[in-house]
Amino acid sequence: MALSDSVLDHLRHVAALPDLTGTRYELESEIGRGGLGVVYAAHDRQLDRRVALKVLDFALAGEARLIARLEHPAIVPIYETGTLPDGRAFYTMKLVAGTRLDRYLAGSPSLAERLRVIRRVGEAIGFAHSQGSIHRDLKPQNIMVGEFGEVYVMDWGVDAVEGTPAFRAPDPSLDHRSDIYSLGALLRFMLPVAAPPALRAITTKAMNADPAARYSNAQALLADIERFQEGHAVEAWSEPLWHRLRRFGSRNAVLLWLLAAYAAVKFLLFFLRNV
Amino acid sequence: MNKILIGLLFGLVLGAIDGTTAWFTPEARPLIGGIMVGSSIKGMLVGLLSGWFARKVHSTKWGVVLGAGLGLLFAFIVAAMPSETGKHHYLEIMLPGFVVGAILGFLTQRMGPPHPAVIAE
Repeated sequence: MALSDSVLDHLRHVAALPDLTGTRYELESEIGRGGLGVVYAAHDRQLDRRVALKVLDFALAGEARLIARLEHPAIVPIYETGTLPDGRAFYTMKLVAGTRLDRYLAGSPSLAERLRVIRRVGEAIGFAHSQGSIHRDLKPQNIMVGEFGEVYVMDWGVDAVEGTPAFRAPDPSLDHRSDIYSLGALLRFMLPVAAPPALRAITTKAMNADPAARYSNAQALLADIERFQEGHAVEAWSEPLWHRLRRFGSRNAVLLWLLAAYAAVKFLLFFLRNV
Repeated sequence: MNKILIGLLFGLVLGAIDGTTAWFTPEARPLIGGIMVGSSIKGMLVGLLSGWFARKVHSTKWGVVLGAGLGLLFAFIVAAMPSETGKHHYLEIMLPGFVVGAILGFLTQRMGPPHPAVIAE
């Protein structure tokens, strides 16, 4: 009896499912396919909780160790690593209930909220760099925004991954400056159409084709974003005089109004005295 | 520089400037020296109290309100003082004093070391 294509596809799919025999996990469903592996939702029988279980295509246990070393609020914590009966490595981690960044942006969050998210991502990247780790594949699909607004950076890369073209640095060397480029590309992706020129200048600096011309580290990029949010001049942009005056007026609106009120009072009194 | 010192310095400067504008009133010109000194002292008092308040309460709105109120109060006291001519210039003294007080309240709130509540945030 010939089998239909749909039946064959189903059989292939079932055959590819990981055999969790000998582990404490029960497979639930496939969540997605990340860098060099497939991520499933699973049930931890021992602790009676749901976890995310990532099965690596080949022996990349180093990826789990890489992430496990990075203890940061924006980096998904690793629970356990192991080897399946078929020899494939796996690790379990916190199952993040949230939305991928590209889908999160479809809800039109405010600029302040977008900058909050990018700052959380930048903090995680900066921390990883300080620990000697590089992400290598920063892109919207690897950022999750949790149901409580928490931000997670997922799919930390290994040597075999060189990033996604739209967010990958053009320079061949893969170091922390590659992540800076990707962070800038991520910020540009997140900005609304009518973004302030200062923020666009920040992305331009971060995405400079010359690695030496980019921000030296993630903290410098975040500091410029913070300066923008506080109404100060950003290092990435030599703003024109009119814009500088407008920014001064915006930051000191109350004071300028009070001074104007004083001048108006004085003028009024002078006028009344001489009428 | 703490907020009280900021209040004192700006109160001195703004008070002196406010007193100087009395030159535009011809009958006040002979007394310009005393007016400037008095206005400076008034400004320093308002600045001192506004600065003290700014150390206790972190609120630009209430800082401006208090400063304006203090400015109005001290201006009233000055305006109500006996004068040689017997005339009292309540409007000419109190109205600018009110605005100068508001400015001092704003400056003491915004300048100087951050309030502990802001640091904790």
